[in-house]
Amino acid sequence: MRYLPLTKDDRAAMLNKIGARDIDALFRDVPKAAIVGRSAFDLPDTQGELEVERALSRMAAKNVSAGSVPFFCGAGAYRHHVPAAVDHLIQRSEFLTSYTPYQPEIAQGTLQYLFEFQTQVALLTGMEVANASLYDGSTATAEAVLMAQRVTRRSKAILSGGLHPHYAETVETVAGLSGRVVRTPVTPGNTEDIEALIDDETACVVVQSPDVFGLIRNLRPIAAAAHAKGALLIAVITEVVSLGLLESPGAQGADIVAAEGQSIGNGLNFGGPYVGLFATREKFIRQMPGRLSGETADASGKRGYVLTLSTREQHIRREKATSNICTNSGLCCLAFTIHLSLLGEEGFTRLARANHAKAAALAERLADLNGVSLITPNFFNEFTLELPKPAASVVDALVDKGIIAGVPASRLMPHDHAARNFLIVAVTETVSDEDCDALVHALGRAVQ
Amino acid sequence: MTMNNQGRPTAPGTVEESELPTISGDRGLDHEEPLIFELGRSGMTGVDIPEVQVSDTHLGGLRRRGPIGLPGLSEPEVVRHYVRLSRMNCAIDAGLYPLGSCTMKHNPRLNEKMARLPGFGDTHPLQPEQTVQGALQLISDLMRWLMVLTGMPAVAMSPKAGAHGELCGMLAIRAAIHARGETRPRILVPESAHGTNPATAAMAGFTVDEVPATPDGHVDADALEAKLGPDVAAIMLTNPNTCGLFEPRIKEMADAVHKAGAYFYCDGANFNAIAGRVRPGDLGVDAMHINLHKTFSTPHGGGGPGAGPVVLSAALAPFAPLPLITHDGSEFRFIEDRETLPHGAKPFGRMCAFHGQMGMFVRALTYMLSHGADGIRQASEDAVLSANYILASLKDVMSAPFGEGPCMHEALFDDSFLEGTGVTTLDFAKAMIDEGYHPMTMYFPLVVHGAMLIEPTESESKESVDRFIHVLREMALEAKAGKTTRFAGAPRLAPRRRLDETAAARKPILRWKPKELPQAAE
Repeated sequence: MRYLPLTKDDRAAMLNKIGARDIDALFRDVPKAAIVGRSAFDLPDTQGELEVERALSRMAAKNVSAGSVPFFCGAGAYRHHVPAAVDHLIQRSEFLTSYTPYQPEIAQGTLQYLFEFQTQVALLTGMEVANASLYDGSTATAEAVLMAQRVTRRSKAILSGGLHPHYAETVETVAGLSGRVVRTPVTPGNTEDIEALIDDETACVVVQSPDVFGLIRNLRPIAAAAHAKGALLIAVITEVVSLGLLESPGAQGADIVAAEGQSIGNGLNFGGPYVGLFATREKFIRQMPGRLSGETADASGKRGYVLTLSTREQHIRREKATSNICTNSGLCCLAFTIHLSLLGEEGFTRLARANHAKAAALAERLADLNGVSLITPNFFNEFTLELPKPAASVVDALVDKGIIAGVPASRLMPHDHAARNFLIVAVTETVSDEDCDALVHALGRAVQ
Repeated sequence: MTMNNQGRPTAPGTVEESELPTISGDRGLDHEEPLIFELGRSGMTGVDIPEVQVSDTHLGGLRRRGPIGLPGLSEPEVVRHYVRLSRMNCAIDAGLYPLGSCTMKHNPRLNEKMARLPGFGDTHPLQPEQTVQGALQLISDLMRWLMVLTGMPAVAMSPKAGAHGELCGMLAIRAAIHARGETRPRILVPESAHGTNPATAAMAGFTVDEVPATPDGHVDADALEAKLGPDVAAIMLTNPNTCGLFEPRIKEMADAVHKAGAYFYCDGANFNAIAGRVRPGDLGVDAMHINLHKTFSTPHGGGGPGAGPVVLSAALAPFAPLPLITHDGSEFRFIEDRETLPHGAKPFGRMCAFHGQMGMFVRALTYMLSHGADGIRQASEDAVLSANYILASLKDVMSAPFGEGPCMHEALFDDSFLEGTGVTTLDFAKAMIDEGYHPMTMYFPLVVHGAMLIEPTESESKESVDRFIHVLREMALEAKAGKTTRFAGAPRLAPRRRLDETAAARKPILRWKPKELPQAAE
């Protein structure tokens, strides 16, 4: 087996040194009845690289990759162009095959990029501090609600109907254990009166912008209403590229920002691994979940970085920790930080404008189709259309034409009858003019 | 993965720079590297994107007004920055990385290549199911491998890391207990457990009750049985345990737990010692997470991303979280909502958006297919063999508290061999850095004083392990002989000397700020 360096002779010599008769002697604490042989496993034997590559490639070929067709899916995961340098750099052995930077003297590379990442996230979100990442946007949102419950010592969380339904379910699963989670009905448009639900028991209000339908939400009045009752505003972002064109949630009064960072540096990967961004105000840092890299100096006075405020974390605090989280999204957050460094202010804001311009042009063309209306007047690179028939059937029909037209809202909210005809369409810089023409043409025919 | 108590701040004092300082501040191939924010200039970018103007029509009056504050760099500058940063890191590819409990095994590059096939890497989690049948097949195949290897009837794939898997398992246990119309608030956790175990139990709404260890490093099964009662929901037990030992009374403990109406959660962090030889299902386990980044070689990546699927017993299987995957004879389908559940399914909720760490699934299945069931068994045996070889080769000069019998995949030492030398576990570990090794796990598990936990994994050749043993032997002998110069203030040859963790925690500086703004964070 190519990954195992010990030879038969090595094994014999090592057993001899140990004073064990055979390998079984080393497993003597295992109850006899629990030791099983090869026949207990109905699984294949070792295969060479060529055979394995062939098997996996065959499976991969059964999927339609996003880059091979006109592609308009978003709803929490976005296809952007990732510069070649990003994937090359994250595969350097020193990044790929290192552990959590517990020994800071020999992990300054990781610790410094985490410190830079934290700074980038704080700048983008308009917040004072950010952590070194959580698993993804949905779990970051759940952690934000738990943190708000700790900070306010209140239990009720109000979730906007525009919050991605998977995120809302993730929050309910975790935060529903210790508190009450209230969801406003899922309706696109600025119609929900979330401010009216905020009371003296409310720990936090969770609002996504752009929301799951792509609608840009004004967070200011919600922040004001929350703060008036002593509650926190948690702003959720699933498309961070929007921050290149839109006002940051920090500037609009958010207390915690939980975001999905996949759009920058990370591929679609069928849903994971992604990278959760988490930012907040300085006064809450000791209530934050997750790893933090902090600046310090070494014994010779040189600037360096260490993991810090570990007394919040499970390996020190055990059952009193702010979260049970142990890992972060290391390599995905490295990809994020490298891509953002390549873009810089100029590239990032240009990228955002390019996305919006392309989406706006396509939205207007699609809204002109007979029977199709645009129900999100304000949006970044994703919008929702109301079709004259169920969106899922239209998407299926367009798959047969070689177009993946978007995400039918019914995939995310199957019980919401009003959403049956809604199609959520995302348009990034990776969509070509020909792709847009193809969608306009095919959708026009499909809804006739 | 929980670790040593490096998080406990240490203040290093100061050292004299003995070498002639260079003019540049760099030392040969060791370059100092500023923060990215201290590089670059405005207007520069490393990605060419055409400029387009956008109107405010669809922006709802929320267009960004001020700048973000990101620096501008060209591609070569960015590449150099990250290459230089990478060179300050230790990595498995460059040397033995004996972090106990963390399993720093070789990460095959074929895994990386397969994860990047467009059919896996460039597919969207919500694209129509008929366009991702290969992806669903891959997940289904991996589920089968995990179920067969563990001897368990079900597996939940969505948890994103080990600790997330623990949470998933505990929520399934909570749901099962509620379904019986009971409330059981208490979880038993051995004092040797990873910190994530009690933290997870608390997060899932339980209280934690510690079970002591016996003097020989096992969980005190009698104490455990005495603590069982109608208010106990589960035990969370690591096996092989954090001392690197297999729990010989595991079956007996599992039976007692079940008899008391509770469930057995097994922390699967150390599954890599027994995969292919022992099936946790045969030991009475009800739920166990599997760290794909340990046992199945997905890269640690400097701290993630991980993946933590959870295998479940028949008793807990109905409570597995959404989404579920089914196969109707012709096609795979996701079940993502409660309206279309198969008979008997009572999911407790959802762990995260979408379906889990697909990129890690591809890598893990690639590893499994490469090894095969025979290779996985051999890998477990080699890992156990190497750890025992290290234990046998060092226990005469270092002190092994449980060195009488064999260990599993990691060898545990304590600091009694350093008694009276003035050298601490921390000094000893930091001196290993100067010898070219990443230190072992220190001060964990907590049940041993000054713990040093060494896990060589199956990826090291005998020559490599012999060299490592030689270095550690010499170090131990020197320390005991009173030759302690190399330990005081080590490391001397790393990119940094010891760092002041106390100052970092007292006055946290968690981000760069422009010079004109005050730097103080609190």
